[in-house]
Amino acid sequence: MPPLWMYLVVAAALFSIGTFGVLARRNGIAVLMSVELMLNAVNINLVAFWRFTAPMEVNGFAFAAFVFVIAAAEAAVGLAIIISIYRTRRSVIPEEADALRG
Amino acid sequence: MEFEFNVVTVAFFVFSFITLAGGYAVVTAKNLFRGTIWLMMSLFGVSGLYLTLSAPFLAAVQILVYIGAIAILFTFAVMLTRSLTNLRDLYVRPQINLVGAVLLFVLIVVGVILPLFAANPQPPVSDEVIRTVDLGVALASGNGFVIPFEVASLLLTAAMIGAIVIARDTDDLV
Amino acid sequence: MDCTGLCEALYRGGMDQGLAQFLSIFAGVLFVSGVPLVTVIFLIWVERKVAARIQDRIGPNRVGPFGLLQTFADLIKLLLKEDITPTSADRLLYNLAPLVSFASVILIWAVIPYTPYHYGADLEIGVLYFVAVASLGTLAIMTAGWASNNKYALLGAFRVVALLVSYEIPLVFSLLIPVMLAGSMSLLDIVFAQSGMWFVFLSPLAAVLFFISSQAETGRAPFDLIEAESELVAGFNIEYSGMKFGMFFAAEFLHVFTNAVLITILFFGGWLGLLWNEPIIAFLWLGIKSALFYFVSLWIRNTVPRLRIDQVMNFNWFFLVPLSIILLLVTSGVVMIFKTVGLVPLDAAGNMQLAGANLFDMLPLTLALLAVNALMIAPILNRWRNIGREARLANERRQQARMASPAVGD
Repeated sequence: MPPLWMYLVVAAALFSIGTFGVLARRNGIAVLMSVELMLNAVNINLVAFWRFTAPMEVNGFAFAAFVFVIAAAEAAVGLAIIISIYRTRRSVIPEEADALRG
Repeated sequence: MEFEFNVVTVAFFVFSFITLAGGYAVVTAKNLFRGTIWLMMSLFGVSGLYLTLSAPFLAAVQILVYIGAIAILFTFAVMLTRSLTNLRDLYVRPQINLVGAVLLFVLIVVGVILPLFAANPQPPVSDEVIRTVDLGVALASGNGFVIPFEVASLLLTAAMIGAIVIARDTDDLV
Repeated sequence: MDCTGLCEALYRGGMDQGLAQFLSIFAGVLFVSGVPLVTVIFLIWVERKVAARIQDRIGPNRVGPFGLLQTFADLIKLLLKEDITPTSADRLLYNLAPLVSFASVILIWAVIPYTPYHYGADLEIGVLYFVAVASLGTLAIMTAGWASNNKYALLGAFRVVALLVSYEIPLVFSLLIPVMLAGSMSLLDIVFAQSGMWFVFLSPLAAVLFFISSQAETGRAPFDLIEAESELVAGFNIEYSGMKFGMFFAAEFLHVFTNAVLITILFFGGWLGLLWNEPIIAFLWLGIKSALFYFVSLWIRNTVPRLRIDQVMNFNWFFLVPLSIILLLVTSGVVMIFKTVGLVPLDAAGNMQLAGANLFDMLPLTLALLAVNALMIAPILNRWRNIGREARLANERRQQARMASPAVGD
């Protein structure tokens, strides 16, 4: 099995890619996809640490399972918001949804 | 720990490549439908990484939840919002954000991973891992995760209702 | 890693152990994927023959004895056809979709146990693996519909994804009942747990729910609105021709048979039967039972008309989903009560252990669950009967009214 730090490097790279997507992409759906990538990077970290430091305990494993729940909830609500913004403003660009700006 | 070249290591490199290449393709995809396909590819790679970490349950759930449900949801959203034609500006301030993301990566690797974990790599503390049954027992037992489990189900219900209410076309009920 | 069977033989013969292991695994993979590939060629012939008989025709009878070689002729025709890719299609995804579609079905066979001794892999998470892999098929159809850049294809893909995603819910809920009874997600363990009593007797309703929803998952009639010829021309595969179409076609046929095998394994005892300890007889039992369900599926396909999309959705969300949830809750409640009372076979640790139990041990639980299932089915059947009667009476009244005043109407 490859050492722990290799998994951490892959997770860090995925997290950075996701960060770039969240910061730089214009389209709201692409931003949400990048958030999913970041969540996955976190999950790789959780599972890798669980495997290397406490494989006989259920905690890390269960935590990773809860991240799935969060990701599913986040995707559902996020996409619903984007669709509803698209209905009213004909746009999926987050910057253009500025109805609440003072 | 000695680095040995075996099936698991090769699988690790293959799946890492799939994950990162998919991730890169997601954030650079001009065509968002293709973006969702690359997203699925990347998440598939992550599920392969779980396999190398001897967590087959998480790998299967990853495919089921992410590829079977979340990514399909994304394709629906892409088609419903006609994001495919929305291509004038792909990025907001790409250069500075790229520099930021690369800096973040360098910071994590040089600042945290290399000194703390790569300096003296430890092998896994044991070759045995818990079974899927243990996760099930822990999720349902009183001194385990039963309250987080219930809260998670509540969260999912709330998210589902919220998504339906937000995305509704009209205000009338049925 | 253990090294038995072919690997051991090669190793004894003087081969390097790593190479021997690799070769034996490779042979296993070839075999596991080869069985369904060979089966599907035969299945297409069976399907055409049965369909022809039901429609009072003879069916293929020209190529080879009884038309057995018809499929090969079709195959050659498909291979020789021009391979068309529409100019405006997304070339990469367009070509990838049929492959993913076929792979998603073939991959299921990795966990299917043919006999107690012959299986691709006995995964701890077998059932979950099967559900996860099957969900890749949805992705393939979505991709095919979008990549062809055709509005009929896209419409067909939209429909089918809505259908598949919704029918996954009753499918998974009905799968949970054998998993719960066997206390394991491994398909091998599930079959062994049925040695006392097949799960179909413990939960006939779950078997029916599984059959209906797996039928919908494959997009077969009466759920074949994916490729409703009269409304959508051909649905998501309208632009596909030649062997790419052939792959979608073969994937669908294979999926139907795979579902027949799965329902046999999950509810009808898999290879269990008389003298199942002999591998050949065990394999025969599995084959016979699966063939029966495959035939039922063909039968339904050729006799029931296609449903509309809204009917299909209502049937799922207002009938199958609530029923499967209630069934799961009630079944787990009954099992819990029986476990506390001690009327089920228990192991030393006090957990339910159905594997190796005999018929007599299983009787109390079986009778109780059967009664519960009957109690759930009775009101449903009664309601359906009333609906049918009302429709018939209304029809008769209309006819009488027409007879009484022939001038009015028409």
